[in-house]
Formats: sequence, structure tokens, C-alpha cells
Amino acid sequence: MRTKPKIRFAGVTGVLAFSFFALLAVAQDMPHFRWENFTIANGLPDNHVFCVLVDGNRIWAGTENGLGLYANGAWKTFRPADGLAHQAVLSLALDKRTGDVWAGTMGGLSRISAGRIDNFTQLNSGLSNDIVYGVGVQGDFVWTATAAGASRFDTRTGQWALFNERNTPMYEIWTYAVSPAEDKVYYAVWGGGVLEYDVKTEHWKDYNDPDGETELVLMKDQGLIHEITTSVSYVDKILWVATYFGASRYDGRYWHNFLQKDSGLPSNFLNQIKAVDGNRAWFSTDKGLAYYDGATWAVYRPALDTHKPEMLVRDAAGAVKKVAVQTAPAHNYVLGVDFQGDDLWVATAKGLSHGVRQHGSTKSSTETAQVLPPARKSRQKK
Amino acid sequence: MRAPATLRGKVKLIASVVPVSALIFILMLLAPAAKPATPQSEEAVNQHYLSPIEMELSGDGRLLYVVCQASDELRVVDLGSGKVVGIVPVGHVPRGIALAPDGRQIYVTNAWSDTVSVIDSATLKVMRTLPTGFEPTGIVCDKSGKTLYVANRLSSDIFVIDVTTGQEIKRLLAGRGASYLALSADGKWIYGTHIYPNAGAFRTQPISEITVIDTAHQAVIERKQLHNAAGVFHVALSADGKLGVAAQLRPKNLIPLAHVEHGWAFGDSLTLFGDDIGGTLQLPIDELDRYYALPWGVAITPDKSKMFVTTAGSESVTVIDVRKLLAFAKSQRQSAGNLANDLSASANYVTARIPVGRNPRGTLLSADGKRLYVANRLDDNISVIDTSSDKIASTIDLGGPRIINALRRGEQLFFTADYAFQGQFGCANCHLDATIDGLQWDLEPDGFGKDIVDNRSLESLAGTEPFKWNGGNPDMPTECGPRTEKFFYRSQSYTPQELIDLVTFVYSLPYRPNRYRLPNGEPTPAQERGKAIFERTKYKSGKPIPEKNQCAYCHSGPKYTNQQQVDVGTGKSTDRSPIIDVPQLPNVAYSAPYLHDGSARSLEEIWTVFNPKDTHGVSNDLTKDELNDLIEYLKTL
Repeated sequence: MRTKPKIRFAGVTGVLAFSFFALLAVAQDMPHFRWENFTIANGLPDNHVFCVLVDGNRIWAGTENGLGLYANGAWKTFRPADGLAHQAVLSLALDKRTGDVWAGTMGGLSRISAGRIDNFTQLNSGLSNDIVYGVGVQGDFVWTATAAGASRFDTRTGQWALFNERNTPMYEIWTYAVSPAEDKVYYAVWGGGVLEYDVKTEHWKDYNDPDGETELVLMKDQGLIHEITTSVSYVDKILWVATYFGASRYDGRYWHNFLQKDSGLPSNFLNQIKAVDGNRAWFSTDKGLAYYDGATWAVYRPALDTHKPEMLVRDAAGAVKKVAVQTAPAHNYVLGVDFQGDDLWVATAKGLSHGVRQHGSTKSSTETAQVLPPARKSRQKK
Repeated sequence: MRAPATLRGKVKLIASVVPVSALIFILMLLAPAAKPATPQSEEAVNQHYLSPIEMELSGDGRLLYVVCQASDELRVVDLGSGKVVGIVPVGHVPRGIALAPDGRQIYVTNAWSDTVSVIDSATLKVMRTLPTGFEPTGIVCDKSGKTLYVANRLSSDIFVIDVTTGQEIKRLLAGRGASYLALSADGKWIYGTHIYPNAGAFRTQPISEITVIDTAHQAVIERKQLHNAAGVFHVALSADGKLGVAAQLRPKNLIPLAHVEHGWAFGDSLTLFGDDIGGTLQLPIDELDRYYALPWGVAITPDKSKMFVTTAGSESVTVIDVRKLLAFAKSQRQSAGNLANDLSASANYVTARIPVGRNPRGTLLSADGKRLYVANRLDDNISVIDTSSDKIASTIDLGGPRIINALRRGEQLFFTADYAFQGQFGCANCHLDATIDGLQWDLEPDGFGKDIVDNRSLESLAGTEPFKWNGGNPDMPTECGPRTEKFFYRSQSYTPQELIDLVTFVYSLPYRPNRYRLPNGEPTPAQERGKAIFERTKYKSGKPIPEKNQCAYCHSGPKYTNQQQVDVGTGKSTDRSPIIDVPQLPNVAYSAPYLHDGSARSLEEIWTVFNPKDTHGVSNDLTKDELNDLIEYLKTL
């Protein structure tokens, strides 16, 4: 009987040790980065970066005051004086076939093709509205999400097709992001959920929050988490959705929702979601950049209190580990990401960050693990 | 001298009531009214000319393949005998040619069929027909023989086509009016030019580009900007790849054209580029008191000793000593100033002008560089030039008609610059290939920046009189006669017979195929909705639209013009009068920019920018969707 406490103690110690090493293993499996940050001090057009686009070895950064192009170690800036439609660049897309870059701005849509810039506005073209929140390329079509509905430009014929409340289930026309693919095109409609366009049938379908509540989540995993959607990412026939009240994943039959309270999301306020594949995705939130590999979460940010570089790892059981890191993205308020092989480029409110992926000994030498108490459950907003 | 009133009256009356083919015949019968001449027989009228425009040599150099634009053929010439040994029917209005590296396939672009004919060079049979963009023109085959690049003039892009499958791989953005392509000797780069300037701000100098394609990645990697160039034609590369040259026009459209005697309306020039130059450099080929209009085809000898430029409006080939050219370019690089406008410069490098046939276009050197072939488009023959002596060695007759009828004579007049002061320019300078030039001109001697006018299309003009944007010319003889010869050319007048011939040709120009109509002739839903808007008589509120504010009131009749002059509120403070001639609308999609002064850069801007009070049709009650529908309909006209 006297041995019981020892056994219990040994058991607890063992469990803790197991948990520690298990978490350490989990933490080591998550991607580690050395972050290099760009600001106006080293050539970025502006620190407020709305979007980022990887184009091979070239990086395009859409900022509040110009479009930056990073190539061969130097930044070049495009503004209206250089032919750009507007200085505030909200979205970017690459036509991988031609190398043309499409920039959605607050004054129209710009096409940058080997240095030449052509602008499409609501006055000189069929574009529905000059505020272009989102842009995507699908074959010959360039899809845009604007403040007055969706537009589709046929680069083959020059024809425009507009989609709005008159010909789709779009009851709110403030389209915020677009993710086109071969079979489907998805729109995030700010306040209007998600719209799906079937390329084959040319039919539209909408997805909305089934509980219809703006501030409540009454029916989790029964549909889209919220109607204020900000981003969609459709990869491997899986739809990922970012909202201001959590994230959703939809496989065509089942929905799964992610909230701060029961996932590794650092915040329910999401600006962008970008999927790697059907199981993995990156989440741009107001409290850091998050990564989900299908089971485990990682968060990268300057710590909210100390502002020191921070990496948090949350395993499938909910245990959170803090990994000591030397660098972090430029700011917590993350607006978008793009991939460059294993590397990551991150648009934040205070600069552009390049996450240089660390492999093997490079990462382990810079980290120590610290198991944190379980995260306190956040109360639902009422 | 004005054309006789009786003649003008006859032409106008006839043009309004008869088909073009009949019109041509009747116009020729009218010739005696202007000049005693023998009326032409129906046989004379029904001549089918060839109009050779581009060429390629067979791999062994024994055969010359000649693209004949007017007869829709490829003619094959045995260079040993100088005889035509084969005729291959191709698509409509063929315009470009390329050979596979092994010489087994000949590729011909068919501009009005939107296709490429793939011809087996052994059997001279068309084996396949490949789809392209709108109005394919220039074409090259890459070094591997697996990929074709096709410049499409009306869709302003370059198609990349997989030869094996015949399928389009991708299309690359090119300059407006993409037309000519050249492959570098090492096969790594393709250089493309375009005949209309890229869209730019209103009343600014035109800008064109040389589009550079990396063949390894099949992507555009550079656009060399050509300032103040509008109308860029063939481009060629030296064998060592260090020197490139493009033939081009430099218009002076921002100052009144009335000043031709004080300077020039167009500079005929070249853009040089490549390592030999470093960047780009524009140089003239004109002389101080003589112009060499419409530089079109270019070729550089394999040893890079000479460069040849066909001047389509001056019936000649300009010969340039490349060594002198490069030395001059190098010496001038270190000095400031705009060389392209210094007409004395050409004396430093132009060594000869070789007279050839009418409207010389494509040019081609033999593999050894000893022979230069020049396609004389309006003589149906080929000039063969000895490049050591710069003399004509022989002329190859392609077998065109012996009778030169009024239509052909008119075409020859249209494309020559001989009638203008110092041979500066001809009709075809502004109406490139009898179309437009994409420019806005300050034509009148009423001060700088007054009465700016956009270049209008010449397609199917019969029944659209009067002419000029203010409707000041009641008929075509007036437009082509006193207006052109006296006011523009400032030189010799046409004879009455010549005027008849020229009018005959201009009236013969048909509409180009409209690519916005579905093949089955049915409108798309958007086009149908747009038609209803075009024809509506009521506001969306149900209130009647005043007749004169209805689209279909002014734009009525078979050509969508009531031939009246009206004030629709589009006049500018720089216009002497706001009264504007109602333009016809067919093929309006091809003729941007819009309005009388070209201030609307797109169809949309006609209404989104320049119609604030609904005076140019009622448009302000339309949603953006509906305006788009209206434009989709207009494109089908």
C-alpha cells in the first residue's frame, strides 16, 4: 500500500514525461521557420501589406501604397504613376501559363505582363466595381471579387460576365475573395456566406450559416460557421472557408468548423485561409499565423504580451507546447500567405515576412519545449 | 480641284442603292465622265489578282513558297526556271508563312479564316487546318519543330500551338494588332511586333513594343518600348543574334497635318536593338527632301554586312551598310538628341535605294545571302536582287492577270506615297492594310489641338456618306480627291480617271469577318438582352425616350447610320462645332478608340465617361450588367 503513492507518482511522472516527449516529437514535426522581415526600411513600398504572391523567385507584395516586386534581392515599386490602377493593392493572382500577374486594387484591376500594365476599371471595361478584393485565374478566365458582385473576364474574347443578386443566390454583393478551380469556383461573400459556381453546369449554389445567428454558433459542424466570410480556398476538392467568427472545412458532404475554443486557432477573426491540400491549411488571423496539419496546430507570431518571437504547438489532445524560437513574423495581424516551396511569405499589418523553412539540426538547436497548462475555454460571445 | 459635281452626284446615288460588286462595274463605266477612256469589259472587272505578300525558301533553297493574299493560295516557284510549279489553295486572306525546321511542313496563316494551313511540302497538299486567334498573321516554328507561335492581329495575342496535337497550349499577350514574328538564330527568342499602338492616354505620343518571348518557357519576358512608334512591321535578327531591327512608322499626329511641307506627317524609321546597340535606338531611313514610305520588310545578310528594308509606299528597297550603321549608332549614343527625327542621319548608313515593283512587302534572303527576294504585292511578281551589286537580277512572274482593271489601279493608288509632297505618305499610311492606324489626328490648320479626329474604318463605306467626322465631304470623290490630294498630300492631283479608280477600290473594301457572332448565328443571351436595350423606346421607368435619344434612331439602316449630323453632347471645347456625323457601327469592336476624337478608349467609356446627360442615347438608367449586355450586342454588328 505504501508503494501506491510512489507508483502513482511514478505513473504521473511517466505520463508527463511521455506527454512531454510526445509533444516534443509533435512539435518537431511541425514546420519551423527562420523569419526574415521586410518593411519600408529595406525597400517594401509600405508596411501595411494586404496580400502576397509567389511567382517563382519573384515575390509580389500588394500594399496600401503600391505594389512591390522583390527580385534579385531588391524591391521595385509600382504605383499609379507607373501605370497601376490604384496604389492600394488588395489581391494578387498569377496566370501560371503566361506569367501575367493580376492585381486587384481599390481603383480597378491591373494586369502586369512582362512590365506592361493594362488597367480594367468599371468605367473603361465591364468590370463590375473598382474595388477588387479578390482575384483568381482559371484557364482563360480571370475571376474577380468586387464590392459590387463577381466579374469574370474572358481573356480570349474580351467579354465580361457579371454575377450578382440578379443572376445568382447572392443576397449580399460584397464579394471578398475568390478561389477558382477547374470544376468549381468559390466566392467568399462578406455577410453572404459562400457561393459555389459549377463550371460544367454553370449553376450557382450558396452556403450559409445554418443557425442564421450573427453572433452565435448554435449548430457546429452542420454548415458554414458564419456568414461573414473573408476567404475561400478550394484544393483537392476540399473547400476551406475563413470568417470573422472561425473557420470551416467542407468535403462536399460534411462540414467541420474550427473555433479558437476547441482548436489551435489563435483567434476566430480570420483574414485569409490558404490550403496546402485537403488536410492542411494556413490561417491568417488577427492574433498570429496558424498552421493545421490535420491533427496538430502551430501558431507563429510575436507574443501578444511580450512581443517576443513565439511558436505554439497544440496536439490533437489539446495540449499546448511553447517552442522557443529566435524570430517571428513581422506582426500578429496577418492578412495573407503564399508558398514558395517549403518557404512561406506572409503579409502582415506591419511588414512582409519570409519564413525560411528550417530542417533537421538547424531547428532543434534553437528550440526548447515547455508544456503549458490547457488553454482556458473562451466564452462564447453573446 | 474638286471632282465634277455630276460625277460626285452619280457616285453617291449609285453607292447608296447598289451592291459593291455592281458598283465597281458601274464606276468603271463612269470613267469617261472624268477622262475619255475605254469602258472596261466585264472580263476586265473579273480579274483575280494574286497579291504576293510573304515568302519562304525550301530547305534546299530551290523552291520559293509565295503566299498570295488575294487569291487565297500558296504558289510554289522553281528558282532554277523561275516558273510557278505548284499552287496550293489555302484559307481566306493568307498572310504569313513559316517552315518546319526539317522543311517537311509549310505553315500558312489564313487571316480571315482564323486558321493555319499545314501543308506537306512533298505533296503540296493541305494536311491539317489548325484554329488560331482572330486574324492570324505572322507565324514561326520553333527550333524543335514542335511548337508554332502565331501572331493574331485582331485579338492582339500570340498563340502557342502544339504541332503534334494541333491544340493551343496558351496565348500570350502581345501589342495591339500583333502581326510579325521572328525567331533568333539560336532559337531561344522570338521577337514580335504589332501594327497599332498600345492603348495610352488621350493625346499623348503613341507607344508600341517589341514583345520578346523566351521559347524555353514559352513566356513573354520583355517588352521593349518603342516611343512615338505606331505601325511596327517586320522584325529580323542577325545570324549572331546581336543585332535586331524592326521597320516602323513614327507619326506626328499631335500637330496639324497641314504642316507636311514644313516637316513630315510620318517618319519612316527602324528600331535597332540587341547587344550591338545596347537597349533600343530609333533611326530614320528618310532623307531631308525625300521620304521612303511604309518601311515593311527587313532582312540582314548572314555576314551582317547589309540590311535591306522594303518600303511599301515607295516601291523601293533601302540598302543599309550595317558596319556604317553601327559605327554611326555608337558615335551618336554618346550625344543627346532624338536621332529618329534627324533626317540627315540616313546619309551616314543608307547606301542605295533599289526600285522594285508596286507595294513591296515581304522580303527574304537566300541562305548564302547573295539573293534578296521581294514580294511586289500589287504587281504579282517577285524581284530578285543581287545583293553584291544591289541591282535587280531578275523578276519572277507569278502568273497574275495581264489586265490591270480599275479596282487594281485604285489599289495601287491607295498604297503608293508617290502623290504626296516628297513622297511622304499615302492612304495606306493611316489606313494600314486598308484598316485604321489606332491614332487620333490633328488634321485641320486651325491651331494646335483643335478638331482632333479619330481614324475611321474604311470597311464597306457605300451607303454611309457623307464623310469626315463633321460630314463635310458629301461623297467619296470629294473625300479622296480634293481633301486628300490637295489638303493632305500638298502635291499633284489625281486625274479624274485615277480618282475613279481610287474610289472604286475604297468602296470595294468589305467588312472583315465578325468574330463575336456565334457560328450558328444565334445571339447569346447577353447579346439578345443588349439588342433589346439598343432598340428600346422607353426608359426602364416606362417613360418614353425621345426619338433622337434612342440608339436605333441615329444608328439605323443596314449600316446602323442615318447618315445625318447631330449634336449628341460629345463635342469638346477644342471642337469648332459639336455637330458630329453619325458613324456606321458594323465591326465597331475592332476600331477602338471611340467618339469623333478618340477620347473614349473603350466602348464602355462612351457611356460611363462621355454621356453624363443621356444625350448620346439613354444609358444612365442602365445597370452595369445591362451596359455590358449592350456592348456585347454592339460587338456583333
